[in-house]
Amino acid sequence: MGVLNPLAAPDFEKPSVNGKARPRLAVDGVTLDYVTRERRVRATQAVSFDVLPADRFVLLGPSGCGKSTLLKAIAGFICPTAGAIRLDGMTIRGPSPDRLVVFQDFDQLMPWKSVRQNIGFPLRIARGLDRRAAEDRANEVLETVGLSNFADAYPHTLSGGMKQRVAIARALAMEPKILLMDEPFAALDALTRRKMQEELLALCEQTASTLLFVTHSIEEAQIVGNRVLLLSPHPGRVRAELDCGTDSLNSLGSPTTQQRGQHIHRLLFEAPT
Amino acid sequence: MNQSSFRTREDRYVDLAPIDNRSLVQTRPFRQRLWDITLFRKGVILLVLALIWEALARYQNNPLMLPGALETADALLAGTLDGTLPVKVANSISVLIKGYALGVIGALALTTGALSTRLGRDLLGTLTSMFSPLPAIALFPVALLWFGLGEGSLIFVLVHSVLWAMAVNIHAGFQGVSETLRMAGRNYGLRGIRYVIHLLIPAALSSILAGLKIGWAFAWRTLIAAELVFGASSGGGGLGWYIFQNRNELYTDNVFAGLVVVILIGLLVENLVFESLERLTVRRWGMQNSG
Repeated sequence: MGVLNPLAAPDFEKPSVNGKARPRLAVDGVTLDYVTRERRVRATQAVSFDVLPADRFVLLGPSGCGKSTLLKAIAGFICPTAGAIRLDGMTIRGPSPDRLVVFQDFDQLMPWKSVRQNIGFPLRIARGLDRRAAEDRANEVLETVGLSNFADAYPHTLSGGMKQRVAIARALAMEPKILLMDEPFAALDALTRRKMQEELLALCEQTASTLLFVTHSIEEAQIVGNRVLLLSPHPGRVRAELDCGTDSLNSLGSPTTQQRGQHIHRLLFEAPT
Repeated sequence: MNQSSFRTREDRYVDLAPIDNRSLVQTRPFRQRLWDITLFRKGVILLVLALIWEALARYQNNPLMLPGALETADALLAGTLDGTLPVKVANSISVLIKGYALGVIGALALTTGALSTRLGRDLLGTLTSMFSPLPAIALFPVALLWFGLGEGSLIFVLVHSVLWAMAVNIHAGFQGVSETLRMAGRNYGLRGIRYVIHLLIPAALSSILAGLKIGWAFAWRTLIAAELVFGASSGGGGLGWYIFQNRNELYTDNVFAGLVVVILIGLLVENLVFESLERLTVRRWGMQNSG
């Protein structure tokens, strides 16, 4: 894929030495179908990629490229028709707390639990912590996302951005092997989205989490990701896999970042020759 | 458009002086706050209805046909003081609770079964559409044959009247739980019965409470009717029997006292028990507006 990238500068940070670092997540020739009443529809076709530990890996593509379906398959909600998904070498079977999803919808929080209980509850059922330990851990992560004052609030009293922050905090508290985010900021207003992107990057750096992030915004992909997988629509197939670790919120105006954005745009929208 | 007018306007900056926070919050007058209390407004409605009733009774001037509110209150007080009414109420309520609890448990079991398999769902659908339209009163003869005169028959018809309405409501509630919330629950390792208890039941609580309310109304109604038919079945009979007996002896004021008790208990349960349940749960969680 490097051939496709005219911007590949020699000082690009390379997250892997080819084939040497063991991938955290290996997606190997995955074909996904979804079934409606009348027919099976192919969502993705033979998609392969590796996510390395501490990667911020972005799946980018227009709507209908099956990126959300792919994320659901990695989360274990959907079974691949062909191919395999492996986490640390183990094939994925069903949903599990070692791969946590932050959804786009705000209703992923349990409305009947306070913010602290929302974070503490999964720690108790999945990690077997007792009430005290779960609360302590919840307070800790609430501190990191700056929501300590809202620990006893119920989700319906929070703004959209705060709800997403709680959802992220809840996932981070569990220290999953990989954090899956399905357009988590798409339903937020532009100002809040920008702030959340900043915070997410800071949190990732702090906790060295491995992140798989789905978006349909080229800009967001460049800001959040250090590696971007481009998918073509109907069905989703890998179009390119690019490094974009040098693009950040600060470099948005820079020519390199802008050129890469245009390059990604061309790859996504121009018919392959 | 005059372009130059845009150029001549200066940028504007305002230094924000600190604001006195106390002036931003004001206490509302007592009368407004009193009128905001639902219980107060409902009390006023009851009072007006009682006044209309009393006026009608005085106009009729025939205590055998329509005793007034005051007369009924007298009979109610007398019945309460000599202990006959409380005993009847206790009898009715004890049977009611048994039948209601059995119905609720049955409804939960049926709907939980309907979650896991398609066959369970079909079973629930078929059973509810078969038995839901069947009035409890139509089952009285069968109940009498099977269980004889007694608590058994009453509980049988009670369970029938509660079960189907509740099952339909609970099932609708479970189906209404958002896909995202379901996935979030499964993602955090909830499955089987824990998934139902920790996720589906709280998430569907609005519908479940609505079902409990409907079930309660059905049960109360059925019980009084059943007691009127079965008569003194279990240890002196309940409220229905009290009404029936007093009608036979033409104590119309006692009949009205019995009816008032039926209504009062209904009001009390609706407004205290279910209101409090809703306030403490679904409204606190923002899952239902106070309307």
